[in-house]
Amino acid sequence: MPINYYIFVAIALFCIGVIGVLTRRNAIIIFMCIELMLNAVNLLLIAFSKMHHQLAAANGDAGVAGIEGQLFVFFIMVVAAAEVSVGLAIIVMMFRNVHSVDVNFLNRLKH
Amino acid sequence: MNIVYLVPLFPLIGFLLNGLLRNHLSKSAVGIIGSGSVLASFIVSLMLFFDVKSGNNTVATLFNFINTKQFSIPFSFQIDQLSSLFLLVITGVGFLIHLYSTAYMKEEPNEHFARYFAYLNLFVFSMLLLVMGGNFVIMFIGWEGVGLCSYLLIGFWFKNTAYNNAAKKAFIMNRIGDLGFLLAVFWLLAKLGTVTYGEVFTQKSLDLLSATDITGITLLLFVGATGKSAQIPLYTWLPDAMAGPTPVSALIHAATMVTAGIYMIARSNILYTMAPLTQCVVAVIGLATAIFAATIAFKQNDIKKVLAYSTVSQLGYMFLGLGVGAYTGAVFHVITHAFFKALLFLGAGSVIHAMHHEQDMRNYGGLKKYMPITHITFLIGCLAIAGIYPFSGFFSKDEILTAAFAQNKVLYIFGVIGALMTAFYMFRLYAMTFQGKFRGTHEQEHHLHESPSAMTIPLIVLGILALIGGFMNVPEVLGGSTRLANFLQPIFAASIEKQSAHHIDHSTELMMMFGVMAVIIVVILLAWMKYAKYQKTDEEPRGLGKVLANKWYVDELYDAIIVKPLIAFSKFLGNVFDKYVVDGIVNGVGRLVQYGGRQLRLIQSGQVGGYILLMVLSMLVYFAVQMFILKK
Repeated sequence: MPINYYIFVAIALFCIGVIGVLTRRNAIIIFMCIELMLNAVNLLLIAFSKMHHQLAAANGDAGVAGIEGQLFVFFIMVVAAAEVSVGLAIIVMMFRNVHSVDVNFLNRLKH
Repeated sequence: MNIVYLVPLFPLIGFLLNGLLRNHLSKSAVGIIGSGSVLASFIVSLMLFFDVKSGNNTVATLFNFINTKQFSIPFSFQIDQLSSLFLLVITGVGFLIHLYSTAYMKEEPNEHFARYFAYLNLFVFSMLLLVMGGNFVIMFIGWEGVGLCSYLLIGFWFKNTAYNNAAKKAFIMNRIGDLGFLLAVFWLLAKLGTVTYGEVFTQKSLDLLSATDITGITLLLFVGATGKSAQIPLYTWLPDAMAGPTPVSALIHAATMVTAGIYMIARSNILYTMAPLTQCVVAVIGLATAIFAATIAFKQNDIKKVLAYSTVSQLGYMFLGLGVGAYTGAVFHVITHAFFKALLFLGAGSVIHAMHHEQDMRNYGGLKKYMPITHITFLIGCLAIAGIYPFSGFFSKDEILTAAFAQNKVLYIFGVIGALMTAFYMFRLYAMTFQGKFRGTHEQEHHLHESPSAMTIPLIVLGILALIGGFMNVPEVLGGSTRLANFLQPIFAASIEKQSAHHIDHSTELMMMFGVMAVIIVVILLAWMKYAKYQKTDEEPRGLGKVLANKWYVDELYDAIIVKPLIAFSKFLGNVFDKYVVDGIVNGVGRLVQYGGRQLRLIQSGQVGGYILLMVLSMLVYFAVQMFILKK
């Protein structure tokens, strides 16, 4: 399959994520949209790495070229999982304090 | 160590000691340090003089002052016939005046007394630098130094605003001249790559200069000289400089500093000889100043003002001498003038001292019986400046006038008229001060006294010098051997060679000398008779007298055409340009930043969504720029 499709899907995912972050006020949904953007990037990483590997193989180098991208994705997923746990914890604390997960409510840093 | 360095070193040490320890030294210690350092310089100068006389000229290089790829200027001293003579005059007359000052300034508080001597020593040091310098740059350092000291000493009584203004006037007028000097030095440096006398005044260097160069350089140097030596049009500072203590007027504004211009031209005589146009300018300006200042002196009533204008006038004579190529005559007149004018100023100081700082001659009169020594020495000074045989002024003035006669009869006639005027106003001064009846208050009369010996001894010594000083250069026609001319011959040799010799036969010369002297004696008697019976009147002078009493309104003229427009221009700059343009720019920047800040602040709304939106939009813009605009 040509790389274009992957890129389109990734862009679509990313845009959905961005628009979600911009338009929604619920912290949890914003959080999910951030995950969406992150995964769009992961998708791209895998797609490019695959393409890289194929090109290297076609040039007679069937080694491990292009594998690193896929490895990175695992790292990103692990780090993202850790980040999600911290983020969710913050949101939980926030809810406990103000009984709301509306981000617009949290503009007190301004003052 | 070369003893040459000792000459300026002593006054420098004196300056440092008196200046730094002025709160700790007693008056007598200050006086001893101040006078002693100059006396020590005088002794070393005498040694140097005899060295030179036996044919040993020295050029001593202390260190390399400026060293670049194109040129190097050594910090060197040159002792030759000309500078050794000036050294003797500066340190000799300087010492006498220092000695005199110890008594004259006695009433000053301790630290001011020491400050005075520190300045005076600094002045002597600078003057020595000026004269001893082996190139134009060192001369310029001294030139500026004496200007500074002149400023400091004119404004010595700094609590008086008028005195401060006089000091500023002197300084600023000198600066105008200094600019000319500086430009001339740059010109020389650009053309020759050297300013050392020994290299500039050689035939090889002179061949490198075109006629325009020489005329330009000499004219610019002359501009410097008009500032320092108070010639038209920059002379007005000198009469005002009388605000300083009288010994200062004697030392700086009569005997030494104001002759720096003459020294400088005498030093570069070969350049002037090669620039006939400049010589003409020098002669005409000198003569014009001589006459002009003499007319003003007629109607001045302040004793120091009369002497100041007389100094300006005599300096004019010296420039006349330089202009007609009588370099020896000019230097000779510098020396004799240093004697008799220092004498006259110190005599005037003695009178002022006795009269409790009264300087108006209308309140003098009949002082001869109270102050016999001052009277006699002052009379000698007057006779010397009037040019009566055998007083010193006779010989020096006559030499200049004879040279003028040989060059141009018109110059000669005006020169003689100036000499007659000199005799008249000097004897007006003399008769108003010492003859007739006392016109001051009773209290003043009661306090009249002869000055202490520290003041009369310099008067006597200078009186003797003014009496016999002329015999150092008796012209051949009077059976002399022109010793000074012979002594200075190596300095002026190249110029004399280039000048076409004019010879006046001896009988004409004799007739001129004694004919003029006879007329001068008549003028003296006239002045004497007229002003010995001077009575105080409230009558204001009218017509020409009023113009003369107001110094031809030159100060007012300068005020109207230069000072006032300058002040108006400054006011315009201060009130309009500075306020609206400069301040406008500064305040405008501030206001712009404030306004920008106020507007930008609105972006920081605290809405996270807004921030993210901005971030995303910025990224999009960034990508767009990267992709579509900066593609290539």
